[in-house]
Amino acid sequence: MLAVSVLNFATLLVLVAARQPFPYHNDFDEEPLTSDHPEEEPKGSQYGSLWPLPRQVSVSGVALRLPGSTFRVVDAKDSSADELTVDLPYAILKAPQVWGALRGLETFSQLVYEDEYGTKSINASKILDFPRFQHRGILLDTSRHFLPIKVILANLEAMAMNKFNVFHWHIVDDPSFPYLSRTFPQLSQMGAYHPYTHVYTPADVKMIIEFARLRGIRVVPEFDTPGHTQSWGKGQKDLLTPCYSGSSPSGTFGPVNPILNTTYDFMELFFQEISTVFPDAYIHLGGDEVDFSCWKSNPDIQMWMNVHSFGKDYSKLEAYYIQKWLKPDTVVNVWMGNQGEMSNVTAAGFNTILSSPWYLDYISYGQDWQRYYKVEPLDFKGSDAQKKLVIGGEACLWGEFVDGTNLTPRLWPRASAVGERLWSDRNVTDVNDAYSRLSKHRCRMVERGIPAEPLFTSFCRHEYNGH
Amino acid sequence: MLTLVFAVYLSLTLATAVSQQGQYVSGPHRGGAAEHAAAEDSPYGSLWPLPREVRFSPRSLRLSGSSFQVVDADESSAGASCSILQNAYRRYYEYILPQFADERSRRRGHHHQHGSAAPSELSELRVWISSPDSDCNAYPVATSDESYELSVDQPYAVLKAPKVWGALRGLETFSQLVYEDVYGAKNINVTMITDFPRFPHRGVLLDTSRHFLPIKVILANLEAMAMNKFNVFHWHIVDDPSFPYLSRTFPQLSQMGAYHPYTHVYTPADVKMIIEFARLRGIRVIPEFDTPGHTQAWGKGQKDLLTPCYSGPSPSGTFGPVNPILNTTYDFMELFFQEISTVFPDAYIHLGGDEVDFSCWKSNPDITKFMNQHGFGQDYTKLESLYIQKLLDIVTSTQKGYMIWQEVFDNGVKLKADTLIHVWKGTQEQYRDEMARVTSSGYQTLLSTPWYLNRISYGQDWTNLYKADPQDFTGTDAQKKLVIGGEACMWGEYVDATNLMPRMWPRASAVGERLWSDRNVTNVMDAYSRLSKHRCRMVERGIQAQPLFSSSCRREYKWT
Repeated sequence: MLAVSVLNFATLLVLVAARQPFPYHNDFDEEPLTSDHPEEEPKGSQYGSLWPLPRQVSVSGVALRLPGSTFRVVDAKDSSADELTVDLPYAILKAPQVWGALRGLETFSQLVYEDEYGTKSINASKILDFPRFQHRGILLDTSRHFLPIKVILANLEAMAMNKFNVFHWHIVDDPSFPYLSRTFPQLSQMGAYHPYTHVYTPADVKMIIEFARLRGIRVVPEFDTPGHTQSWGKGQKDLLTPCYSGSSPSGTFGPVNPILNTTYDFMELFFQEISTVFPDAYIHLGGDEVDFSCWKSNPDIQMWMNVHSFGKDYSKLEAYYIQKWLKPDTVVNVWMGNQGEMSNVTAAGFNTILSSPWYLDYISYGQDWQRYYKVEPLDFKGSDAQKKLVIGGEACLWGEFVDGTNLTPRLWPRASAVGERLWSDRNVTDVNDAYSRLSKHRCRMVERGIPAEPLFTSFCRHEYNGH
Repeated sequence: MLTLVFAVYLSLTLATAVSQQGQYVSGPHRGGAAEHAAAEDSPYGSLWPLPREVRFSPRSLRLSGSSFQVVDADESSAGASCSILQNAYRRYYEYILPQFADERSRRRGHHHQHGSAAPSELSELRVWISSPDSDCNAYPVATSDESYELSVDQPYAVLKAPKVWGALRGLETFSQLVYEDVYGAKNINVTMITDFPRFPHRGVLLDTSRHFLPIKVILANLEAMAMNKFNVFHWHIVDDPSFPYLSRTFPQLSQMGAYHPYTHVYTPADVKMIIEFARLRGIRVIPEFDTPGHTQAWGKGQKDLLTPCYSGPSPSGTFGPVNPILNTTYDFMELFFQEISTVFPDAYIHLGGDEVDFSCWKSNPDITKFMNQHGFGQDYTKLESLYIQKLLDIVTSTQKGYMIWQEVFDNGVKLKADTLIHVWKGTQEQYRDEMARVTSSGYQTLLSTPWYLNRISYGQDWTNLYKADPQDFTGTDAQKKLVIGGEACMWGEYVDATNLMPRMWPRASAVGERLWSDRNVTNVMDAYSRLSKHRCRMVERGIQAQPLFSSSCRREYKWT
């Protein structure tokens, strides 16, 4: 409970009103959670509900009120403050670019709390903040289940509340091709679950990108080839490799056919479009889980392998295909394997993004957010130079078992654990402190309309009230 | 047993029309999760749970949005004053022909000409309650007759049921037979169905203590239960973390024990509304007031109800189970359960009795003394038995029957012969043994162990739920008959309004079919096909039911 609410001399001119000085840090929220597990009885964090935790926080006991009718957020004319300073007569948020201002606004909003009379207050504070990793992503998969625009936008909102800055859009895959291509409209016409109700039109994509930009979030699309392309084959004849059963085609298809010039002609046109539709400097090219058995069965491919002296090494064929795309500044997304893989990739001089410990589609009973929270991305054998090549990580929610009905509560607040790991200082590892802050942060998300699921037995002052 | 006529033709029509379904199972990233390939379409379309006897003809009839109606049959013992049916007619009309619902309400009052249907049109569904007493104004009970016969043919379909309860089940089945053709027109095939439940007790448990569940969520869950032919809402209303039940006799219980005394409570009006909403769907509401353990929240508003724990010679400031050695405890319980027995009309109350921790009782010198006086020695189960025995007497005096968790039976408490023992513990082997023990002692029992839906895991865990069978234990036929059903339990540690519905559905549907359909209905591939379509239907009806696997619904869940 806040002791500041006892006094009531509310005068004040400018933007905020002062109350009573209080000499130490406060717990911002009111209630301890009731818990079945006494060992989990949370102590309030001295950092209130801040999530992810900023680099440097000093909160004074001076509580200032925010008058609802007159409080304003304005552009500064001139300022001498550093980062976020909350004090009289006004608070100042200073950032070199708008992106920092967006993060700081979120932090400012997290400092505001409500007293028992419903008055909004904020304590005089000084905060200095910056992210630990530059790439903090969420992957959504719109191929295994189509995700309505509304769901994607809600997740961009939640990402901003957790200071994520990359939406990795795994837009197409084997099951469906919902991306409506202007150059090859037949891809979604034939490959989407439904050509009108289950597609993303150019206008949809543009709107999603702008919605993300306004929240400081990059949209990196993934067009995974040569595997995971079954749905591409429905609208693009001869793109996929015909599989053979003995001496005749079996009627099924495998990965993209790497031995035809038409394949590369198609890809060139297709990726020309993609590079103009998606403004981000990066495109994710997939390249995972290529199954060689269909290539092996195809006599044309066998002949081509012989001509190119690849022998039986189909990984050479894959490399031949992939080579067409890879450039030196390629970022390798480590999704399989472990610390060993991180070691190998960075030793080869590639920038790396970690995802393997953060497959949030893998659910289990209990508080699995703690497992995600405890992951340390730099915990692998390697030189300092290698560690510097780790540019961040992504929480992935693959789509086999999620759609518009359950995606948001399954992702949040579990992804928030990843968010703090990627933003905050390496030493921010106290799980009990995190539990206290995250419980409040999740209630704040709920109040803002995000159906973020509970961490454990508890309540929010304002429960989720439908939509 | 199932009878199937003409199924081959029909499977195509139903399957392709009712909903689209994903064809891909291969290649989920990082290998692995492809448990079920896009199953072949079931010859039974989207029926869930599967009725006892189904005979399809390939002949399809159209339902006209402007003239199709659900009406009382002339012979029916229920009439226009039977609100349970009138409500259901409206509900199912909207499910079947949602795009016409608004238009029809504007046109209400226009007289409909009988017998004017076009050659391939189904003009109406006539609902015939055949027993002289329709149960229109009754509450459903454990022995309510839920059987029905459905005949869909020209010039009209007939749904015949002895009681309104069977009519409710039959209306759901009728609605499941309707499918949309490629032009969006609603069709139904000529069909004969005979149906009745395998078990009389088919329940879903919600826990409103660990997280408060807004009324909206409880009502939506009752809707989904009706779509899956569940008939018992087991309301685990209070527990250690909070006491959201607003008692008229002891208002301080929720005043002090709820998460919040105004926003996180169920008022008498709320409870009444929930019970009526459930009744209109043929669902009983059985409240659980679990004692003597799981009562921390009770202690906040009721002084001296809980046992003070001791640390050495002095009270530690913490409290244990209900204090069984004080007369005031029983005075309180008598008044409390008198209230409960009037607020909740069902003939049963669940009294809990699980997981009583003896350590606090052991620490308390007054209890030690009481134990000595009664010659209980160190056997605290005797003290528990004494409490439960007195409680059972109190509840019996309110004319209610009771359900209890299995520990009460395990601990040898003397029980009334009609007590229902709720099995929830152990491994498969252990719960089967328990079912055998309980039934060999002559008690009726119901199963929940394999159906703890709060326990989640990656993949299609509904198949495990589906495969469990409450009568799979070693015992005589007489023992098997004592199994009255089961309950799917969603304990509340990790669920609240944000995630309860998708976590519950369609996983609970798997339990629903196990408890309703014939024992031999065990084909998982066939179930996958029907359940995928059934879940899309739930989504279309506004229920947030999650997907089984990679797939699409024609109409995805709309966040409105």
